[in-house]
Amino acid sequence: MLGPNGAGKTTSISLMLGLRQPTAGQVRLFGLPPTDRRARSRCGVMLQESGTTSVLTVREIVDVFRVYYPAPLPAERAIAMAGLAEQAGMRIGALSGGQRQRLYFALAICGDPDILFLDEPTVGMDVEARRGFVASIQTLAAAGKTIVFTSHYLREAEELARRIIVIDHGTVIADASPQELKARVPGKKITLVAGRPFTGKDLEGLPASVISATGERASLLSNEPAAVLRELFRRGVDVADLEVTGADLEEAFLALTRRAEPAAP
Amino acid sequence: MLVVQARSEMRMRWRIPAFSVTIVALPVLFFTFFGLPYVKQTLPNGINLGAYLIASFAAYSVGSVMVFGFGIGVATERGLKVDVLMRATPLPPLIAIAAKVVNALAYALLSLVVLIVYGVIVGGIRQDLLVWLDVIARLLAGSVPFIALGFAIGYTCGPNVAPAAANLVYLPLSFASGLFLPLSQLPGFVRAVAPYLPAYHYGQLAWSAVGAGTEPMAVSLAWLAAYTVAFLAIAFRAYRREESRKFG
Repeated sequence: MLGPNGAGKTTSISLMLGLRQPTAGQVRLFGLPPTDRRARSRCGVMLQESGTTSVLTVREIVDVFRVYYPAPLPAERAIAMAGLAEQAGMRIGALSGGQRQRLYFALAICGDPDILFLDEPTVGMDVEARRGFVASIQTLAAAGKTIVFTSHYLREAEELARRIIVIDHGTVIADASPQELKARVPGKKITLVAGRPFTGKDLEGLPASVISATGERASLLSNEPAAVLRELFRRGVDVADLEVTGADLEEAFLALTRRAEPAAP
Repeated sequence: MLVVQARSEMRMRWRIPAFSVTIVALPVLFFTFFGLPYVKQTLPNGINLGAYLIASFAAYSVGSVMVFGFGIGVATERGLKVDVLMRATPLPPLIAIAAKVVNALAYALLSLVVLIVYGVIVGGIRQDLLVWLDVIARLLAGSVPFIALGFAIGYTCGPNVAPAAANLVYLPLSFASGLFLPLSQLPGFVRAVAPYLPAYHYGQLAWSAVGAGTEPMAVSLAWLAAYTVAFLAIAFRAYRREESRKFG
């Protein structure tokens, strides 16, 4: 689930897990209400907001959590997959922020769940940790587990996901594979400087989305830059300066989720 | 699951000795100041005052394990967001609570044994072993209202407020119930209020075990049951309110 902050990703996960109740409609996990223990026994969860005691060791807390599940992984395996093998005997209070994140991941997978919910799992992870995390995710996915994770980085979603659901303001904007999404997202950025301030009519109806248009400068994203330029010239827009570059992925993604800013009057 | 959870709770407590030691040491300390000087005296009904006082402080001691343990414990976990993490696991909430209760009872037992041994060795208070066992059994079984009070405090207060709230509630309550100074020594208006207080009736459980009870058992048990329901209702309402606030 991909979307900017405040899009509703965490709320969606909470609903799916039965941590929050829907105001309308119902949620089913494995065909059961998510609050059902049988459903929860098959889920592993890594939330953004989490806490744990600081006096137990990594090994000890994994041992405790494992027992909640009917067919857990061996503790060493969960700890190793989270990249904490060296820290297994350390007290939780002595772990660094990144190590704590890994611990929450270990707790999420120690029950050998069929489905994993990870809310912004790579926040606070250093390069090393992230690499290990990605490898673990790929191993789990290959083993047939379903992994639902949230992110606001398009790159991360593309790297890890086979299906991306783009959400913003609580609505699904797109639901497609990374390839399909890329195709839908404009690939070129056109930056224009005109001889006079842009008007709304100049930019209306173009095969492009407007990122910004203030005064004499305008920024557009499009998959058909040639068509855009042809039309602009046909409309008699006096173009003083022009640049066409590959669209930055993040910008392109923003175009999907943000309403185009109105052209300055 | 319960065994593992209880063991884990035990481990966590053991590793923060400051808390546990205080809980066990304070009643002994209070008894030393308020009780020890009078252990040789005899009550009008012939019961040794020392035995009466040990019973008082024993009741205070178990009550404090429950009120402070659950009051501060639950509030701290809420503050650390442990409850958010635990909610997503399949651990049934009842098992989580049962594990805490088992632990609290173990500490209460330890606290009682320490106090009684202290009373016997230092205070020279002699009673039949069965009497001591009776005191212990009644106080442990009857500690439910104070577990409930602990939960009420733990769910209504944040982790910073909880210790203060526990102290502000429990110390005056114990004092007014005659657990520090015998009721006959308390001012008139306090004596009038005492029979309405949970700690007073809790004290009655222990006092009657040493032969110094002044209320029918049924009456005290009824009061304790009523307070249990009231405290649980407060705790439950606070829990629900937080549920809808935190989890919508």
